[in-house]
Amino acid sequence: MTSGKKNKGTEKMNKSEVTADNNKAVLSIRLPKKYEEEISRFPPEEQEKLRKRYFEMLYDIGEAIGMVAAHSISEPATQTTLRAYHAEGRVQLVTTKGLPRLIEIFDARKVPSTPSMTIYLDEEHNNKEAARKIAAEIRETNLEQIMKEDSLNLMEMKVEIVLDENKLAEINMTAEEVARILKKNLRNVDVKVEDKNKISLESKKGEVNLRDLQTIRIKARTIHIKGIKGITQVIVEKDEDDWIIRTLGTNLKKVLTMDGVDPRRTKSNHIFEVMKVLGVEAARNLIVEETLKTLREQGVDTDERHVMLIADIMTFSGVVKPIGRYGIAGEKASVLAKANFEETIKHLTNAAAKGEVDDLKSIFANVIVGNLPPIGTGMFRLGLKEDGE
Amino acid sequence: MSKVIKAIKFEIMSPQDVKKLAVMKVTTSEVYDADAYPVKDGVTDPRLGVVDPGIRCRTCGGRFGECPGHFGYIELAKPVLNVLYLKQIKILLSLTCPECGKLLVDKSKVKTDADRLKAEVPKQCPHCGTKIEKVKFEKPYHFYRGEKQLNPEEIRAHFEKISDEDAQALGLKGGRPEWLVLTLLLVPPITARPSITLETGERSEDDLTHKLVDIVRINQRLAENLEIGAPQFIIEDLWELLQYHVATYFNNELSGVPPARHRSGRPLKTLSQRLKTKEGRFRHNLTGKRVNFSARGVVSPDPLISVNDIGVPLEVAMTLTIPIKVTSHNIGFLKQLVRNGSDKYPGANYIIRPDGTRKRILPDNKEDLAEELAEGYIVERHLLDGDVVLFNRQPSLHRMSIMAHRVRVMPGKTFRLHLAACPPYNADFDGDEMNLHVPQTAEARAEAEELMLVEKNIRSPRFGGPIIGATQDFISGAYILTKKGSKFSREEAAQILAAAGVYVDLDKDEYEGKELFSMLLPDDLNIEFKAACCQKCSECKKENCEYDAYVVVRNGSLVCGAIDSKAISPFKGLLLDKIDMEYGHEAAREFLDRVTKMCIRALMIRGFTISVSDIDLPANIKKEIKKIVDKTYKKIDEIIERYRKGEIEPYPGRTVEETREDLIMAELFNAVNEVQEIIKANFKETDAMIMAKTGARGSLQNLTYMAGLVGQEMIRGGRAFRGFKGRTLAHFKREDLGPKAHGFVESSFIKGLDPIEFFFEVMKGREGIMDSSLKTRVSGYLERRLVNALHDLRVDHDWTVRDAAGSIVQFIPGEDGIDPAKSSWGKLIGGA
Repeated sequence: MTSGKKNKGTEKMNKSEVTADNNKAVLSIRLPKKYEEEISRFPPEEQEKLRKRYFEMLYDIGEAIGMVAAHSISEPATQTTLRAYHAEGRVQLVTTKGLPRLIEIFDARKVPSTPSMTIYLDEEHNNKEAARKIAAEIRETNLEQIMKEDSLNLMEMKVEIVLDENKLAEINMTAEEVARILKKNLRNVDVKVEDKNKISLESKKGEVNLRDLQTIRIKARTIHIKGIKGITQVIVEKDEDDWIIRTLGTNLKKVLTMDGVDPRRTKSNHIFEVMKVLGVEAARNLIVEETLKTLREQGVDTDERHVMLIADIMTFSGVVKPIGRYGIAGEKASVLAKANFEETIKHLTNAAAKGEVDDLKSIFANVIVGNLPPIGTGMFRLGLKEDGE
Repeated sequence: MSKVIKAIKFEIMSPQDVKKLAVMKVTTSEVYDADAYPVKDGVTDPRLGVVDPGIRCRTCGGRFGECPGHFGYIELAKPVLNVLYLKQIKILLSLTCPECGKLLVDKSKVKTDADRLKAEVPKQCPHCGTKIEKVKFEKPYHFYRGEKQLNPEEIRAHFEKISDEDAQALGLKGGRPEWLVLTLLLVPPITARPSITLETGERSEDDLTHKLVDIVRINQRLAENLEIGAPQFIIEDLWELLQYHVATYFNNELSGVPPARHRSGRPLKTLSQRLKTKEGRFRHNLTGKRVNFSARGVVSPDPLISVNDIGVPLEVAMTLTIPIKVTSHNIGFLKQLVRNGSDKYPGANYIIRPDGTRKRILPDNKEDLAEELAEGYIVERHLLDGDVVLFNRQPSLHRMSIMAHRVRVMPGKTFRLHLAACPPYNADFDGDEMNLHVPQTAEARAEAEELMLVEKNIRSPRFGGPIIGATQDFISGAYILTKKGSKFSREEAAQILAAAGVYVDLDKDEYEGKELFSMLLPDDLNIEFKAACCQKCSECKKENCEYDAYVVVRNGSLVCGAIDSKAISPFKGLLLDKIDMEYGHEAAREFLDRVTKMCIRALMIRGFTISVSDIDLPANIKKEIKKIVDKTYKKIDEIIERYRKGEIEPYPGRTVEETREDLIMAELFNAVNEVQEIIKANFKETDAMIMAKTGARGSLQNLTYMAGLVGQEMIRGGRAFRGFKGRTLAHFKREDLGPKAHGFVESSFIKGLDPIEFFFEVMKGREGIMDSSLKTRVSGYLERRLVNALHDLRVDHDWTVRDAAGSIVQFIPGEDGIDPAKSSWGKLIGGA
């Protein structure tokens, strides 16, 4: 090869023309609308240049797009500290962050370690009071959380529960309602409202000893009175113009149908739940969003296109699949690529039993065999005509 | 055209295949005779291949290196199970009738192996009515039908009855079921298990050979006992032993089987162990291969070469070679190289004649070889300036970890690397070593030059901004050169420009730094942006910025603003981005080459240093800082007081203790921030400050540490609480919740830390070290998984993203088709 000095100007022009022409002739990749609009704001003489630039910016055919995407996520993961600490001195939910969260997303865990929702409210309820009210509705409340005290009345052999008035008002319930719920959940127990805020529990069994009474008392404490099961924390916050409710614990299905909740903006970080409730496409978008959020929090600048590709390969089959050995990497068509990753022997013996054929379409399989992998310049046949000009 | 492998089929080997492949039958367990010669018909029979130089193969006549080795086989006296296929054996045994060999279950109900293992088996064969008893598998490799143990012979007899069709329905498509029970055992060639000769002259056999000897020995004994009609229990014991040896020969890590051991007690590395894991055949030898024409050495900096260049030590240049074909155009030149020989640079080390014979160029024959040279010969010449080589630093985390450079042969013993090319490699010069590879074919060189050259990798595909650019002193230099009021005499200007390779007539007596810098910019360049030293005023005064932090380039001349990290550094450099986008990679590289040289020259003229006086504060400001700390302490005392009285209302979802910590930490951080503001306001523009504000090195926080105070040491995301019961150190009272007892450092680095503060500082340091060493493993595995999931994806001819099977993953890559590596921060129209 001669030195790489070429006439810069002519080379660049030719390239762009070729790309643009090919594009017109073979394909119908058009300038996306958002760019058309953006370009239209420039003076006319610049517009043509920018339009051409779009076609110059297209991916090269054969680009190892997956490899680049994988590196774009994992390189910063090794370089930066990716801490799991939360921001100092602010009231907020402690959710999984940094590298652990990233791994959780790519592993497609059935249950994330800190499931959380961000609930937006419709116009009518978009104020502090309504938000508080809805938050109280959502939050899982046990008897224990709304009572002042519970005691054993040994004289009459019954459990006496004193409810906290304020807390009762907070969740908008009366002692009678609470008693009704208790009745439903406690078998063989007589529930009576004694006073305004006092409830007594009596066993229907004849002989009652202390131990039975204690069991009733402990069981009563954990009875779910109000709210959605699994939602352990709620925080009402103002986010720019909106009042939002952040929760720890999720139940999208129930929350989305609640009065006052804006179902279009309300989010959950639970990928599997979102897939079940809203479909794979929503799950795919959530993977993109959550991954980008996690990276941005750590100050990592990675283009969203790489994240999209990872989300797409996790979801393009119709269900969310993890990245690792039980997911995409373990379900490849190529025997050699699978054997190279993990569980070498298992993949080889299975392949032999099934009489599988590795047709060497995979990159790793070609590297193993010593062929030129069919990617990048390996997708084309190219040679030097040594005896030519 | 050489042969290319199109596909690989995996199948189960039949006894017929074994016989066809083998060249001999192994019948004796003897390895060497008294004269240390390999015994005929033993496992090291010379017909199986050669491992010693000078001997010819008895089968093919090839010499060592030519003969690939040949297989043998062992005829097993009794069949044994192939332990790699226990799962398949279990399925076949339990789902087919032992009498008629037909399927016991509905085909459609057993589509996957998981189904087959769980399938309900009827009590009676639906075809012949035989009563079916349940098949039980017991570790490691025993099968029972009902209570009766099945021996391999019975299993084999059963399997022979199964039709091909039924076997296939049960997922066995790679061979006959009875082939899962071994009757013949293939003996690999000795080239696959070479023995090594120790220094003492003793021979040490490979683990596989040991195992094979065991198998042959037991097999022989079993055969003898069978022949003499020994009692059943002896036969069974030997049979079981044979099964054990064959099992461990295939896999020495079977659960429930004690691993076969070497005399020293080390478990043997048998077939499965050879393939598996990172050190196994797949990952160690197949996916990663050793190469020739490479060098490794320490790197050191050289700002005077181009970013594209790599300084190669003369010694390396004379060892690594490039094959050049002799043509009528270059014969004279190549003759001269051959005449120079291998000891004189530039020379050549080998010539290759058209018939393929290689000839080393020695002082004695170099003249003759030079005369002999003719068209069609190939000369392996030394590296010359301008050759394209690949340069790499591990860990290779992204594609810029290996880039192509142009050779610059230099005296010295290290590879010289331009500092602007360090960020993509993540290299520094504290002893880093890097690898160099010399592409040997014209195609490889062309690809390296067109795709991998440093200048073509200025833009990172990760975020679409420059990853190569000026750092550290270059940035300080750029600021000093271009800041407001920076002027240079004619002589100095001449020096600066000459360093940058700009040769113009200088007719003025004094030049502004901005003027000099502008000479490097293309004439029609226009750009505006805020510099890194921007103070983030509430209202931007733009061109009238009092800090000179608003950069305006109009028609290629720097009108206002100082050049700093926001303009030319990697990750941030907007000016660099613009030049690369509008004028091409080559122009960007040239700009970078010139700018770096100009900046260090400017820096050298002014001089640049840092000392204690740079960061020392006057007494009154120190007092002010002390006041802030005292005030904070008081506030914290109040919080603790409230906490003790139980007056703290917990934040929702938090405990009282957590809330208390949140409150205390908020106060502490507040204090540090206040101090930082004071320092920012009171610092003169010392060299330390220049570095911090231009983004050359260090930050305002580092200056605060040095001059103000270090502040709270965060341990596990909060204050320090570990140690003794109720206290961190024996120097405090129990339940002391004060700042000093939990890692608040009120001293600055200049003042020095007291022993307790130092202890907490070290605690934080230890945590950091632990964190990063644990993290590398985790993120390394994440990378491996991601790469294995995504490596096949590519942009196809129709601009769709497809995997190896051809399934479409994205219809247009990245939703708009834009390659981030060609975009400006992912956008069509630039700017971060």
